[in-house]
Amino acid sequence: MIKPVNQKAWFLVAPVLLIVAFSAVIPLMTVVNYSVQDTFGNNQFFWNGVGWFSELLDRSTDLGGRFFDSLGRNLLFSAIILAIEVPLGIVIALSMPREGWRVAATLVLMALPLLIPWNVVGTIWQIFARGDIGLLGAAVNALGVDYNYVSNPLHAWITIVTMDVWHWTSLVALLCYAGLKSIPDAYYQAARIDGASRWAVFRTIQLPKMQRVLLIAVLLRFMDSFMIYTEPFVVTGGGPGNSTTFLSIELVKLALGQFDLGKAAALSIVYNLIILAVCWVFYTVMTKADAKAGAA
Amino acid sequence: MARITLDHLAHSYHSNPQGPQDFALKEMNHVWRQGGAYALLGPSGCGKTTLLNIISGLVVPTRGRILFDDRDVSTLPTEARNIAQVFQFPVVYDTMTVRENLAFPLKNRGVDTQTIRSRVDEIAGLLDLTRSLDQNASGLTADAKQKISLGRGLVRPDVNAILFDEPLTVIDPHLKWRLRSTLKELHRKLDLTMIYVTHDQTEALTFADTVVVMHDGAVVQTGTPDELFERPEHVFVGHFIGSPGMNVLPCQVDGATAFVDGVGVALGRGYPNLSKTGRIELGVRPEFAVLEAHGDGLPVRITRIDDLGRTRIARVMLGDRPMAATVGEDSAFDSDRAVLRLDPARIHIYADGRRVDGEGAAA
Repeated sequence: MIKPVNQKAWFLVAPVLLIVAFSAVIPLMTVVNYSVQDTFGNNQFFWNGVGWFSELLDRSTDLGGRFFDSLGRNLLFSAIILAIEVPLGIVIALSMPREGWRVAATLVLMALPLLIPWNVVGTIWQIFARGDIGLLGAAVNALGVDYNYVSNPLHAWITIVTMDVWHWTSLVALLCYAGLKSIPDAYYQAARIDGASRWAVFRTIQLPKMQRVLLIAVLLRFMDSFMIYTEPFVVTGGGPGNSTTFLSIELVKLALGQFDLGKAAALSIVYNLIILAVCWVFYTVMTKADAKAGAA
Repeated sequence: MARITLDHLAHSYHSNPQGPQDFALKEMNHVWRQGGAYALLGPSGCGKTTLLNIISGLVVPTRGRILFDDRDVSTLPTEARNIAQVFQFPVVYDTMTVRENLAFPLKNRGVDTQTIRSRVDEIAGLLDLTRSLDQNASGLTADAKQKISLGRGLVRPDVNAILFDEPLTVIDPHLKWRLRSTLKELHRKLDLTMIYVTHDQTEALTFADTVVVMHDGAVVQTGTPDELFERPEHVFVGHFIGSPGMNVLPCQVDGATAFVDGVGVALGRGYPNLSKTGRIELGVRPEFAVLEAHGDGLPVRITRIDDLGRTRIARVMLGDRPMAATVGEDSAFDSDRAVLRLDPARIHIYADGRRVDGEGAAA
């Protein structure tokens, strides 16, 4: 069979190529360009090869130390919020009502934190947790706990984690709820007839059926928490000291605070690659799971 | 093993039912004999699944009692009733192997491993699942999954009854008869009460020795397949069972003759006690209405003849009433005029939908 060849078809994809070029490719290439050069202003650039990258990946340099420290904080933060939000989200989803007017009410209440702009969330918690005038901070202090997120790194972390849990657990819960709703009644009825305990129902029916949405929830929450910027920036500004300085905050400090465009560009690229790599792992796991479910 | 008695049972999904129209299940009394193979037949929405769920305990009836032998179980939860139920869509536990699936009900009841093992092997043998015992259940075909659902019921030795809720809906047609004969065989071997819900008359009539026909929340007739065919107690049964369904024609009855639009039909029985006010109808199955070119009978006009292979079914008009009839062997028609010969013994008279017994011997 002869395939018709029509080069005019290229015009059809041209708009997309153009948009992607200006929205992603060209800015990214600019960053790549910065990452291999040094500049002392005046738009003068000097070739630096992989200098910035080797400095970035070397813990003993200032840049490397800062990179690894904030990367460690990022990973710790993501691990903590995943460990809290996923189980909590499941528990909430399981206890949400299944029918009646309460469903709508619960869904609206649950969605509220998700609808608040991120810097507003930060501002709310910045004030809420203040020891002098904040409702939470002052109350905790009145109970005799010396709580001050401005000076105590642990307290700063507790504040930021609590804020993130408040902000995002609903998302996990709503996703799990959608997964639970898709389980036909017959499964629960069969389980009752089989004499399954509550725990067995969860383990053999609900958890396997939630697996897909849970994977999506973990992916979304990991990505979001790994890229977190606005809320800690508003609440703690990365402090006290550097204790809540995450990669994104470090990046902004480098690029906009110190105007070290080369270092910042190298950090951006590595940051980007980490996220891409994690995405790829998740994608592979998900498509594998899908293929398995598809074969079933 | 038990006899299941429904005592003045009724159910409504409304919290405060006002009249009969609010009841999904109208008051009924029925006894399911131990070891019987029953089919619960009726169109969608007639209440058959509700009845099934009441027996299994998934739904608590609004009124009345259910007895297993002489024990009142109306308020007992499902897990305490020892009932097995197979649902429309196969339910298997995806993360388990076939063996673990079959063992699940026993494991939940704390049966020891040795007993579980032998019991699972036995049931897998009965259901022809032995070869796939260690496969993952989620990878199997729909009919194998349905067998697993069934197996989870059978694996409990003390099960009182097995309830089937349209279990063949998602099974490929060519596998349906195989699964159905498996069920019949199990019924013969195991002396279990089986109640099989379906809207498919073929499934019901081939599976059951007693068919319970439901319509609009009430049982309209209980009987063997033959009884349902030969003596439908209700015009609904006549319509619903048989293909095509029974011919039902409004008529007036005078002694042993019915008049359909002025045309007399001999009945072979007298109906002296027929009410004068109600709706009187004559019912005769197409199988007992034979169309012939000449001879004695009702003059009809042929509109169409369908060749169904084994038989030919004619669509005819008696006056302006459409009827279905069997075409006599070797009959040839050269015009659209023909005569219909009705077997008087097979004609039934219905008053307000219910069959009325005639007096005198059938001719």
